[in-house]
Amino acid sequence: MIQFVNVSKIYNNKVVALRDVSVKIEKGEFVFLIGSSGAGKSTFIRLLFKEEEPSRGQILIGNRSINRLKKKDICVLRRNIGVVFQDYSLLNDRTVYDNVAFALEVMEYPGKVIRQRVPEVLEMVGLAGKADCLPTQLSGGEQQRAAIARAIINGPQILLADEPTGNLDPETAWGIMELLNDINRRGTTVIMATHAADIVNKMRKRLIALDRGEVVRDEERGVYSHEA
Amino acid sequence: MKLRTIGYYFKQAFKSMRRNFWMSVAAISTVAIAAFLVGIFALLVINVNFMATKLERDIEVVAFVEVDVPRAEVLELEKQIKALPGIASVTLVPKEKGLEQMYARYGRDRDLLGALGGDNPLPDYFVVKAREPERVGRIAGQLAQIPQIYKVDYGQQEVERLFQVLGWVRWVGSALIMLLVGAAVFLIATTVRLTVFARQRELQIMKLVGAGDWFIRWPFFLEGFFLGAFGAGLACVIIYFGYFSLLEQVSPNISFLTLVDDPVVVYQVLWRLLVGGAGVGAIGSIISMRRFLKV
Ligand SMILES: Nc1ncnc2c1ncn2[C@@H]1O[C@H](COP(=O)(O)OP(=O)(O)OP(=O)(O)O)[C@@H](O)[C@H]1O
Ligand SMILES: [Mg+2]
Repeated sequence: MIQFVNVSKIYNNKVVALRDVSVKIEKGEFVFLIGSSGAGKSTFIRLLFKEEEPSRGQILIGNRSINRLKKKDICVLRRNIGVVFQDYSLLNDRTVYDNVAFALEVMEYPGKVIRQRVPEVLEMVGLAGKADCLPTQLSGGEQQRAAIARAIINGPQILLADEPTGNLDPETAWGIMELLNDINRRGTTVIMATHAADIVNKMRKRLIALDRGEVVRDEERGVYSHEA
Repeated sequence: MKLRTIGYYFKQAFKSMRRNFWMSVAAISTVAIAAFLVGIFALLVINVNFMATKLERDIEVVAFVEVDVPRAEVLELEKQIKALPGIASVTLVPKEKGLEQMYARYGRDRDLLGALGGDNPLPDYFVVKAREPERVGRIAGQLAQIPQIYKVDYGQQEVERLFQVLGWVRWVGSALIMLLVGAAVFLIATTVRLTVFARQRELQIMKLVGAGDWFIRWPFFLEGFFLGAFGAGLACVIIYFGYFSLLEQVSPNISFLTLVDDPVVVYQVLWRLLVGGAGVGAIGSIISMRRFLKV
């Protein structure tokens, strides 16, 4: 369970990115985070894995505040949260296989586990044939899949995806959505920031809308915009 | 820490060195030069020390007896000196022998004695050897107190001057070495900093994926460590071959120069250099990590 309690985030003591946000997300939910550019979606996600600290309020994960964590516990937290970054954040100097294995290496998994798990996950995201390619040799959708593979490789309980369909054509975007939906059905809580109205409308999942840092809507099976 | 992880650290460290190839070469060379000079100074100091000790051991005290002391009394004196503590040997060189030696030096054809007025003006003297070099000074003092002895000579002054020079060599050497070690630390720190910058993105991802602090730090630490160790290793190889070939050249040809030829002494210098080099490298990378690697 994830809970924001009156969370505000003010960058550089000036820009208010989140204002008094209170939401509760249950384990196993699929949540869309929408809002225009600059609304605070990425900030919301960054607070969850402690890339940024909240200026005010409490963030709880599994009934435990993550505001003040020891360095070691931050590591533990991050190992339980998979993150798909807006810019993929793949390392261009190594293959898809190594990019995905990297996450496990960092977490000091034994080599046997790595050699077994990486092909499995690549298979799952549909990149089995591209294991030896460099990220630069992949299409946008394939890079996105590689980023997802890296995020889910160690079976995290929470998956955060920041505009994972951002630069993709509709068909490829749907492929990614099916993949995320799949991961969600296996029990992972998925929080996805997006601008894609058609996807949100078709999926009919829970929707949290931000506007200039404030939660303006929070609906089960929501649609992108009531006017649309 | 798992073996696999250690392998990863090493791989990363060497990868960085390859990536910053020329910077690494510069850092290694600086350490090598510094270590080389440190090694040379160490061997120099050890050798001068060795020679000085050897000289000291061979020191003889020469005590000159007043010219007018009769022979019987001189023989009595000899017994008296032999009874002093710490004496290894006492040799009496009577004035006749002194004259002999003079003839031997200047040739018998000249009438030295005649030139000197028919009387042998040379004094009898004792050559005294101490059992331990530290006793030489005291023995010389005791001999000087004997009334019939008018002059005591020994090489202590020369040895002391040698030790003085040694002290200077140590000071100048230490200052120079300090400077070089500083330069080496700086260059290693710079190299490691370059690696930190080059891997910024990777580091960020590592952190976000949940890498532990030391998992991130180890490769940087090892990079500096190995840069230092390689530099020092290079210096060690050069010093090793250089010194032993010097020994081969010097020993048979210059007999008064007695160099330390005990390999154990040389090895002791070399392993200290190696440890020192690795330490300098580690310090360099720690400095860089503290300033630039935020974990
Ligand atoms: N590191 C930062 N320093 C200062 N201001 C920031 C920082 N990151 C974001 N902001 C500001 O905070 C506000 C919210 O940014 P955020 O990235 O969360 O928006 P977003 O909803 O993800 O936008 P987009 O849809 O364009 O990705 C913006 O006004 C942005 O300029
Ligand atoms: Mg964003």
